[in-house]
Amino acid sequence: MATDTRNTGTARVKRGLAEMLRGGVIMDVVTPDEARIAQDAGAVAVMALERVPSDIRRDGGVARMSDPAMIEGIKAVATIPVMAKCRIGHFAEAQVLEALGVDYIDESEVLTPADEAYHVDKWAFTTPFVCGATNLGEALRRIAEGACMIRSKGEAGTGNIVEAVRHLRAIFGAIEGLGAATPKDLKAAAREMRVPKALVQEVAACGELPVPLFCAGGIATPADASLAMQLGAQAVFVGSGIFKSEAPEMMAKAIVEATTHYQDPSIVAKVSTGLPAAMRGDGIETLEVKLSERGW
Amino acid sequence: MKVGVLALQGAFREQREVCEALGTTVTEVRGPEHLDACEALIIPGGESTTMTRLLRTSGLHDPLAARLHDGLPVLGTCAGLILCATTILDGLPEQESFGVLDVTVRRNGYGRQQESFETTLDVVGAPEFPGVFIRAPVVEAVGPGVTVLAEHGGRPVLVREGVRWGATFHPELAGDLRIHEQFLHAARAA
Repeated sequence: MATDTRNTGTARVKRGLAEMLRGGVIMDVVTPDEARIAQDAGAVAVMALERVPSDIRRDGGVARMSDPAMIEGIKAVATIPVMAKCRIGHFAEAQVLEALGVDYIDESEVLTPADEAYHVDKWAFTTPFVCGATNLGEALRRIAEGACMIRSKGEAGTGNIVEAVRHLRAIFGAIEGLGAATPKDLKAAAREMRVPKALVQEVAACGELPVPLFCAGGIATPADASLAMQLGAQAVFVGSGIFKSEAPEMMAKAIVEATTHYQDPSIVAKVSTGLPAAMRGDGIETLEVKLSERGW
Repeated sequence: MKVGVLALQGAFREQREVCEALGTTVTEVRGPEHLDACEALIIPGGESTTMTRLLRTSGLHDPLAARLHDGLPVLGTCAGLILCATTILDGLPEQESFGVLDVTVRRNGYGRQQESFETTLDVVGAPEFPGVFIRAPVVEAVGPGVTVLAEHGGRPVLVREGVRWGATFHPELAGDLRIHEQFLHAARAA
C-alpha cells in the first residue's frame, strides 16, 4: 500500500547517492570560496577539510576531523553534496559529522588513525560512508562494515597517480579472478579476506563490487582522471590536485570535462592545452609516511 | 525504438540497463552527434549544476533544447526533472533549464542526504511502486497542462505533460520497469 512514510538511511538510498555521483569529480575544498569555485566548475560534490592532503603531509602532527564551523561554512554555500572526513575508527567524530548533516562521511587514512583494531561500524549511521581500499579484501571488509562507496586510497597529497593505479588494478584483477573461481575457491577467498562468503559470491556473480568504486589519491591532471576512468573507476576524487595547481578554476573545469569525456582523447587534449602547471608532486619512494598503509 | 540516455554525469548506467531490459536500443548521449538518431531521451539523476555546465561545454545544449522544444519525448528523473522544469527554486543564481515541463521544482526540497528515503507509491497504472528519493527535488507547483501520476505527502512526485515526463524519485533504482515501460509506450505512440 502507498504510504506517506519515509524510510531513511536504507542501503539503497545510501548507495544510491554514490550512484548519482558517477562520472563526476569530488573536489577537496578548505574554504567556502573554494567550494563555490568547485561547484561553479562542475564538481558533483565537495570534501570539506581544513588542510588538503599535501599540507597535512608537509605539516605532520595529528590530523583530525575538521572544525565544525568550517564544515558549516562550506555547507552554507554548496548546493551539491558535502562530504567530510573522520579518522579511521573514530566513531565519535563520525557522530559529530552526522549531527552536522554532512551528506557523506569519508573514514579516511589521510587523517591520523584513531583505532588500530576496528573501523567505524558504518551500519549504525544514517549518513553513508566512503572508505579507501588498496585491494579487494580491504574493499570487501569495508563494505561488510557498511561502506556504501569504495575509493582507491592511492597516495594522497603526492600528485602521483601510480599508487591509485596499483590499487584499482589490484581490485579489478581480484574481481576477475573470482569470476573463474570454483565454489570451494570462493569459500577459501572469503576466509582469506575475512569477509562473509555471501559477499564474495555476490562479487563473483556480478563481476563488480556491490557499491560504486571511485578513484582517489594522486590525480593531478585531466589525463590522470581519464586514466582512472578508463581503468574502470566510476568517478574521481581530486584532493590537492586542484587548489595546489597554479590555476585552480581552470584545472577544476578541465578535470570535470576530462572525467565525462574520458573516452574521447581529443577532448582530453583540448582541455589539457594551455593549462598552467599542475601541482609539483612527489615520488613515492621519497615519502616518509605512506598514508595508504593506514587501515587494513 | 532508439532511446538516448544523457550520459554526461550521474546514474546513466542504470537508465541504460532499464531501457535495454525493455527491448530498446540505447545510445549514450555525450555530444551533439549522438542526438540525431534518438527517438526519445532520458535525463538521469546526478547533479543538475554539473550536467548544466557539461551541456554547455559539450555543445549539446542548443541542439538538445531544439529537439526538446520540437517535441522529443523525454523522461527526466531527479536532476533530469530539474533540467526539464520551467522554474527552479534554490538553484544556483541563474541556473538554466530547458523549460519544457511546466512545473516549479525546489532543489533538495527534502533536505540533505539524511532525509533521503524509500517509500511505496501509488502510481497511476503502476500501484505499489517502490519510490527511491535521493536528495530529491520537490514539485511546488504544476501548470494547467500537467497530469500528476503519483503523489507523496500531498505533493506531485511523477508528472506528465504530453510526451514530457518527470519524476522526483528514481524509478531506475527501483528494480521495477513499469514507469519506464509506460513512458516508452507513450513515446512510441507520439
